[in-house]
Amino acid sequence: MIEVRWHGRGGQGVVTGSNLLARAAILEGKYAQHFPEFGPERSGAPVRSYTRISNQPIELHTGVYNPDIVVVIDPTMARNPEGFVQGLKRGGSLVLNYAGDVGRLSHIAGELDVKVHVVNAHRISLEEVGRKIYNVPMLAALARASGLVGLEAVKSALRSRFSGEALEINLRLLEKAYREVESLA
Amino acid sequence: MARVAQVRKTAMMGDEAVAYAVKQADVDVVAAYPITPQTIIVERLSEYVADGELNASFIQAESEHSAISICVGASLAGARVFTSTASQGLALMHEILHAASSMRAPMVMAIANRALNSPLNIHCDHSDVMNARDTGWIHLFATDVQEAYDLTLMAFRLGEDRRILLPVSVNLDGFILSHSVEPLEVLPDHEVPEFLPPKDYPYAIDPSRPATYGAMALPDTYMEFRLQLHEALQKVPSVWGEVSRSFEEVSGRRYSMVKSFAVDGSDAVVVALGSTYGTLKHVARRLRDEGLRVGVASLTMYRPFPEDVLARMLGDVKAVVVMDRAYSYGGLGGPLYTDILSTLYRNGVEIPVLNVVYGLGGRDFTVRDAEEVLRMAAEGAERGGFPEKVVWWGVRR
Repeated sequence: MIEVRWHGRGGQGVVTGSNLLARAAILEGKYAQHFPEFGPERSGAPVRSYTRISNQPIELHTGVYNPDIVVVIDPTMARNPEGFVQGLKRGGSLVLNYAGDVGRLSHIAGELDVKVHVVNAHRISLEEVGRKIYNVPMLAALARASGLVGLEAVKSALRSRFSGEALEINLRLLEKAYREVESLA
Repeated sequence: MARVAQVRKTAMMGDEAVAYAVKQADVDVVAAYPITPQTIIVERLSEYVADGELNASFIQAESEHSAISICVGASLAGARVFTSTASQGLALMHEILHAASSMRAPMVMAIANRALNSPLNIHCDHSDVMNARDTGWIHLFATDVQEAYDLTLMAFRLGEDRRILLPVSVNLDGFILSHSVEPLEVLPDHEVPEFLPPKDYPYAIDPSRPATYGAMALPDTYMEFRLQLHEALQKVPSVWGEVSRSFEEVSGRRYSMVKSFAVDGSDAVVVALGSTYGTLKHVARRLRDEGLRVGVASLTMYRPFPEDVLARMLGDVKAVVVMDRAYSYGGLGGPLYTDILSTLYRNGVEIPVLNVVYGLGGRDFTVRDAEEVLRMAAEGAERGGFPEKVVWWGVRR
């Protein structure tokens, strides 16, 4: 079983990102579970969400405390990823919405013994659609970096959730971010 | 052999799954109050009605008290009726919950279980439904999203059965199940009427045959009416057997009143309600591999209380831990605990029972918590007792 913990801010679609990941995995015939952590529902407040993916039925109904993967979709939070890696397993992955050079994160990769993957979802979404949309590009980065779900399954999950212009925008962001992921070996 | 229909595996949140089941049940009336503590359940249903996918009257009430009152009237008129609420909303319905059962108005209500004020809290516990425990409703509990869907369909068939004619609540843990996406097998639309034919209410309001509903009963008759309510509930287990067999034929999934894991031959059993069962089972699997003889049980049906099943199931174990996500303040413990104590006592089973009160207001019950509780249960069996009667789990003092 692979456990993912998502971090971001209220209004950025953390919950939807996790939800779409679970849907994509289920569409691929895997077992998956998405579970949001709701606090006070304020725009801008830190939000977490959890996804589990497994080849076996998932019976657990509890939070994720030792994730295999941490995704930080807010670029201001991702500038200081140390604050979001609590419990991250050694050998796991950190996926960040990050504008700088991925090489600058080598100390974290070394200290925590994790792989670091980045994509500049902030720039991509501003360039592509003129507004900030982080969750779907970060889902693309997660899919590419982890191989947990295929790009086609993510597209199907998007089609089950969006239509019209929203779908078209998200599909574009997905493709673009998928191509631009950088990984720190 | 059961005939299993072609299933479609999809992904849904618990509240979407309930709404989908209600649509497939082809309800006639949905009445609800749409603001917190409401869930997506009625939001989806309003979309189904607006999009023409469900031919029903969707009535937006000005409070939960009105919503449930509308449901009683519609049910007595012969309609198939659904509503949904939680927490304070269910508390506001309380008066009419009694009327719904004692006027024998079948309906299904999904409760996305949440804590009650005060302090203000929107998260999961079972205080809301336990407050409605003695209202004469049938109360069912789902342990995952699939069960929330399945039990919703089964609830209509059970409550509308002519031998029963009672309202049914389907409880799914607020957020933990209502907002979780899980894999779901739904029945094909055309299979549903086979399991759940249209409602055929024998006493539907008919102006050409005037009758009195909700009449006054003075001391010379009131007790007879109330006894009938109790007797209808006593018939539920045998009707449940028929309903669950029939559901298994279309779905391939079997529901007993109490579900259990590895209870046979175990020294200790942990009993819970709702989604915690899965977490306990997940951990129990691992601990059993280490040689710990513990089992886990969960009540799919909480009212009527499956006394006989539990007396048999727990009759041969050495210790029981009962998990309660609610409390009877000033009482002996949580409601499930006192029910199980009574069951054991009046069936001559003398074993130690520990009550673990946990998860109030949504406090997470983690894998580590589950492991500690299961180990405590095994220890209680080994030592022949527990150091305490009731433990408030993980509480700071």
